[in-house]
Amino acid sequence: MSEHRPNTEGKYKWIGTRPERPDGADKVTGRARFGADFSLPGQLIGKVLRSPHAHAVIKSIDTSKALALNGVKAVITAQDFPDQPNLIVPTGEMQVNMRDITRNIMAREKALYEGHPVAAVAAVSEAIAKQALSLIKVDYEVLPHVIDVAEAMKPDAPILHDHLLTEGANPPASKPSNIAKRIEFKKGDAKAGFAQAQVVIEKDYTTQAVHQGYIEPHATLASAAEDGQIQVWSTTQGHFQVRGFCARLLGLETSQIRVTPTEIGGGFGGKTVVYLEPLAMRLSQKSGKPVKMTMAREDVFRASGPAPGGNVKVKIGAMRDGRIVAAECIVEMQAGAFPGSPVGPACMCSFACYDIDNVYIEGFDVVSNRPKVAAYRAPGAPISAWAVESTLDILAQELDMDPIDLRLKNAAKEGTKTAYGVTFNTIGMVETLEAIRDSEHYKSPVKPGYGRGVAAGFWFNIGADSSAASHVGEDGSVTVISGNPDIGGSRASLALMAAEELGVDYNKVRPIIADTASIGFNFVTGGSRVTFATGLAVVNSVRDMIRELKVRAAKIWKIDPEAVIWEGGMAKPAGNQVGTFEPLSLADLAAQAGRTGGPINGHAQLNVTGAGPGFGVHCVDLKVDEDTGCVHVGRYTAAQDVGTAIHPSYVEGQLQGGAVQGIGWALNEEYIYNAKGKLDNPGFLDYRMPVASDLPKIETILVEVPNPQHPYGVRGVGEVPIIPPIAAVGNAVARATGVRMVDLPMSPPRLSEALDAARPMKMAAE
Amino acid sequence: MSEIQYQSAKTVKEAVKYMQAAKGKGYILAGGTDLLVQMKSGARSPGVIVDVKKIPEMVTVTEKNGSFTIGAATPAAVLGENKKLRKTWPGVIEACNLIGSTQVQGRASAGGNLCNASPAADSVPALVAAGCIVNVAGPTGKRKIPVEEFCTGPGKTSLKTGEIVVSLTLPKRPKNSSDAYLRLIPRTEMDIAVVGVGVSLTMKGDTVADARVGLGAVAPTVLLVKDAAKALIGSKLDDAALDAAAAACSAACNPINDKRGTIKYRTKIAGVLLKRSAMIARDRINGIEHRGHRPV
Ligand SMILES: Cc1cc2nc3c(=O)[nH]c(=O)nc-3n(C[C@H](O)[C@H](O)[C@H](O)COP(=O)(O)OP(=O)(O)OC[C@H]3O[C@@H](n4cnc5c(N)ncnc54)[C@H](O)[C@@H]3O)c2cc1C
Repeated sequence: MSEHRPNTEGKYKWIGTRPERPDGADKVTGRARFGADFSLPGQLIGKVLRSPHAHAVIKSIDTSKALALNGVKAVITAQDFPDQPNLIVPTGEMQVNMRDITRNIMAREKALYEGHPVAAVAAVSEAIAKQALSLIKVDYEVLPHVIDVAEAMKPDAPILHDHLLTEGANPPASKPSNIAKRIEFKKGDAKAGFAQAQVVIEKDYTTQAVHQGYIEPHATLASAAEDGQIQVWSTTQGHFQVRGFCARLLGLETSQIRVTPTEIGGGFGGKTVVYLEPLAMRLSQKSGKPVKMTMAREDVFRASGPAPGGNVKVKIGAMRDGRIVAAECIVEMQAGAFPGSPVGPACMCSFACYDIDNVYIEGFDVVSNRPKVAAYRAPGAPISAWAVESTLDILAQELDMDPIDLRLKNAAKEGTKTAYGVTFNTIGMVETLEAIRDSEHYKSPVKPGYGRGVAAGFWFNIGADSSAASHVGEDGSVTVISGNPDIGGSRASLALMAAEELGVDYNKVRPIIADTASIGFNFVTGGSRVTFATGLAVVNSVRDMIRELKVRAAKIWKIDPEAVIWEGGMAKPAGNQVGTFEPLSLADLAAQAGRTGGPINGHAQLNVTGAGPGFGVHCVDLKVDEDTGCVHVGRYTAAQDVGTAIHPSYVEGQLQGGAVQGIGWALNEEYIYNAKGKLDNPGFLDYRMPVASDLPKIETILVEVPNPQHPYGVRGVGEVPIIPPIAAVGNAVARATGVRMVDLPMSPPRLSEALDAARPMKMAAE
Repeated sequence: MSEIQYQSAKTVKEAVKYMQAAKGKGYILAGGTDLLVQMKSGARSPGVIVDVKKIPEMVTVTEKNGSFTIGAATPAAVLGENKKLRKTWPGVIEACNLIGSTQVQGRASAGGNLCNASPAADSVPALVAAGCIVNVAGPTGKRKIPVEEFCTGPGKTSLKTGEIVVSLTLPKRPKNSSDAYLRLIPRTEMDIAVVGVGVSLTMKGDTVADARVGLGAVAPTVLLVKDAAKALIGSKLDDAALDAAAAACSAACNPINDKRGTIKYRTKIAGVLLKRSAMIARDRINGIEHRGHRPV
C-alpha cells in the first residue's frame, strides 16, 4: 500500500505503529457481544406494530384484544409517553427536536411514513408478541402522501405538519408548508463575479436516499427495577445520548438510567439516535420484566434514518486561466418525516475546498413521507460535493485543463476564508491534491477503454465533550477508561496515545469503554471526534496520572515534585543537582502506592475545540460496458490529509470503507418507493451495496499535515473519505463514455439509457 | 406459530409417502437456501419438511452412454467439481456455479433452483438450452417433463401433490457441441438476474448445425426461444444471424418494470446477452476457454 508518512518518521515510539487491536481477538473468535447477544433471565420479547401507510391520521388504537392474549405482559402506544416541548438538542452532527423525537419513536396524531411505529407489545415469546400485534386495531384515515422533494415543495403538496412555517423564508412564511427551513451563505458578490467570468458552467443534479447499511440491526435490552432504576444494553454510537434522550422521553432523571454500550456492528452515524430503547424501557416498566427488542433488516430500512437524497443546482464561473471567480449552489434536501436534514453542512462544505471570492449558497430542508433521516458519514457533504465536483470536471474539460491543476489553482490554504465564515488554520488541501498528482496511479497512462475521474471533498470534524480516566493497577499495568463506543478502531488509537505519553509498552495499556454510570459524560462517537477529542481527554488523564506519579516518586525520594521528570516509563530525578536516585518504574511506584498516598489515577474532562478539518482527493479508473451500462472499477486511490495517523491500518481502513460506501452510493444504492409510498427494496438483495468482488483493492495515501491543536496532530479521518467518491466515479464515467450523468445512482439501466440516448448525437457529431 | 414436522427420507419412495401424507403442506428440503429464507420471512409456512439429502440418487451425478443424470439435491459445488460434467456442459455448470456465493453453493441445488420456480433462477435457462428432462416421482409412479414445461408461473410448478423431482437428465452430446450462460446483474455476485440467457450450440465446421436458447427473468417463466435458435441454425454466427437471434430474444420478452430493471432495459439486454453467450459457446467448441460470468 502506497503511503506518505513525512511527519512522524522516527518521532514516536508507538504512534504510527500497527499493533493488534485490543478488541480484535474477541471479534475474530465470536466472543464479542453485540446488541442482540444480551439476554436476561425472564426477559420478554418486544415487538413494534408499524404503519402500513405512508401518511395517515391515527383516529384510534384498540389494544384490548392484544392485552387479553395469554402471554402478553404490556402494550404501549404514544399515550404512554409524555408529549415533549419544541426543544432542539444535538445528536452528533445533526440537531433533533424533542417534540419530533417522541413522535418518531411512536406516532401520535399521524403516521408519517411506512414503518412508523404506532404501538409496541412485550410478550413471553416472539410468536405471541407477533400474534398480539395482529390483534391491535388501528383506525387510520389514509391521507395523500408525498415522497419526492420537488413535489413536497410545491404549494399544493400534501402537508405533513400543520404547524410547520418555513424558518428563514423571505418574505416570512404565513402558511404551513413542507419546507422546514431556508438557509443562506454569502461571500463577496456572486452576481458581479459571474459577470466577470469568461466561462460559466451550470448544471442540475439529483441524488437518492441511501442507507448506512451497518451489518448489525438495532437491538436493545432494558430492565426496569421496582426502585425506578433502569438498566439498558444497546448497540449505539452514544450511550450517553441514549440516556439523555430516554430520560427526557420517559420523564426520568439521567441518574435513574444506566446504559451499557454493546459491541457495535457498524453505525456510520445511523446509531446516534434512539428507536427501540425508549420503547423497551417503557415496556419493561409496565411489565416489570426485562424486555429485549431487535429490528429485522426490513425495519432497519423502513424506519431507521437513511441519509437523504437531494436536488442540487450548481453554477461556477471562471476565467480562461482556470481561476474560479464566482460560485453558486442551491440544495433542496430530504429531511424525512420531521425537519432536520443535513442541508446546513451540505451547503457549508459545497465550496469549502476552494478559495473563491464570490459565493452564494442556499439550502432548503424539506419534509416528506419518508423515515426521518439520520447522520451518515459527513452528513450532507457527499451530496453537494457530487454536484460541485462534477461541475468542476466539466469546467476542466471546457478549459482543457488537468482536473488536478484546476483544483490546485483554486485550492483553499491556511488563511482562506470559507463562505460560511471560518478562516482556515493549517490545512492540507494542496498537499492532498499533490499527493494524487504525484502518485504512481495518476502518473500511469489510462488504459484503453477506461476513463479516469478525480474529485475532492472537505469535512469539518468536531471536538465536543469527552471524559477519560487512567488507573494504575497494583502491578503497574494501566487501564484507560473512556466512554465512546468503538466503531473504527478507537480503542487501539487511545491505547497507542496513552502508551506513547506514558512511555510504556502498548500491551501494558488496556483501554475499556465504560457505561454511563462509570465515567463522566462523553458526546457520541460521531463527527470523527473520538481519536481527536476523546484522545485528548485520554492524553490529559494520563498526564494527570503522571503528575501524581511524580509526586509519589518525590515523596519516596524526599525531594520536590518539580525535581522529578517522567521519561521512558520511569520517574527520574531531573538532574544530578537534585540527588542520585534509581529511576522508579510504574510497577515500583504502584507497589508503594499504599504508603505514598493511595491509588494512583488520572482524570480529565474537557470541552474540546480546535478540531482540524480534513480534505480528501480520490482518483478512479473505470470502464463502462456500453451495451449493458455496467461499470467496472479497475483502480482506485484515496488520498487524505489525516493529521497524524495514530494507527495507520485503521486510518487506511476508514479511507477504504468510505470509498467503498461512496462507490455504492454512486453506482447502485437507492431507496425505491412505489406509487403507494411504500419502500420497494427494504433488503440487501435489492438495496445494492457493493460486494467484495465488485471492487479492486482501494489504495490509500496518507498525507500527514498535523493538526496544531492536538498534542499528536490528530485530525478526524472517518468522514472525509465518503465525500469524493461519487463525483470521482461520475467524472470517470463521463471521461470513459463522453456521457455526463447528473442523476444518481448510475445503475446499469440508467447508464444504459443515457448511453443509448447519447449515441445518435455522438454519431452525428463524428 | 404452528408446529413444523421434520422428516428425513432414505428413499425416493419414502419421500413421496411423506409428501403425500402432508396433503399439500409438505415441502422438500434440498439445500434450503430458498426454503429456509422463505420460512424466516414468513412467505412459506410448511407443515412438514421432507429432507431428501440422505437419498443417494438425489445427491449424486451419474453418466450413462454420454448422458448425465444429476440428482436433484446435489449441491452446486459438487457439480462444479465434476470435471467431465463441466467439460461437457460448461454452460449448465457455470450457471449453477454462480448461484449466490461459495458458501451458498455448498448447499444450493439445481433441483431446488428449478422447483423454487423463480423466473430469474440462474440454472434454468441453461437447463432449457441444454434440453434437460426432469425426472419426477409421485404416488402414481414416475414421469418425465421437458424442463421448459416444468414451471407454470412465478413460484408455480407442474408438480402434483406428493410429486417430487428426483433428478435432471442432460441428453448425450453430439461432437462439436458446447453451451454458455450469461446473466446480467448490477453487481458481480450475490444478486438476482435482471436477464439470463443460456445458449447451446452444435457446430458442423463453421456452421451452426443445432441450437437451443433459454431466456430467464423476462417473463413469468423461463422461455425456450425457438425463433432465436432458428435464426442461428444454418448460420456462421455472422452479424446478421446474431442480430436476428437477438431480435427474437427481445421479441420473446414479456417482462415487467420493477425495481430490478425496466421493460426497455430487459428487452435490450436479452439481445445483448444472446449474442455474447452464442459467441462464448462457439469459442468453447473451438477450444477457447472462457471464465468470468460478468459481461463486461
Ligand atoms: C444469499 C443467497 C444468494 C442467492 N443467489 C442466487 C443466485 O445468484 N441465483 C439463483 O438462481 N438463486 C440464488 N439464490 C436462491 C437459491 O440459492 C437457489 O434457488 C438454489 O438453487 C435453491 O436450491 P436449494 O437446494 O437450496 O433449494 P431449497 O431451498 O431446498 O428448495 C427450494 C424450493 O424447491 C422445493 N424443492 C427443492 N427440491 C425439490 C425437489 N427435489 N422436488 C420438489 N420440490 C423441491 C423446496 O420445497 C422449496 O420450495 C440465492 C439464495 C441466497 C440465500
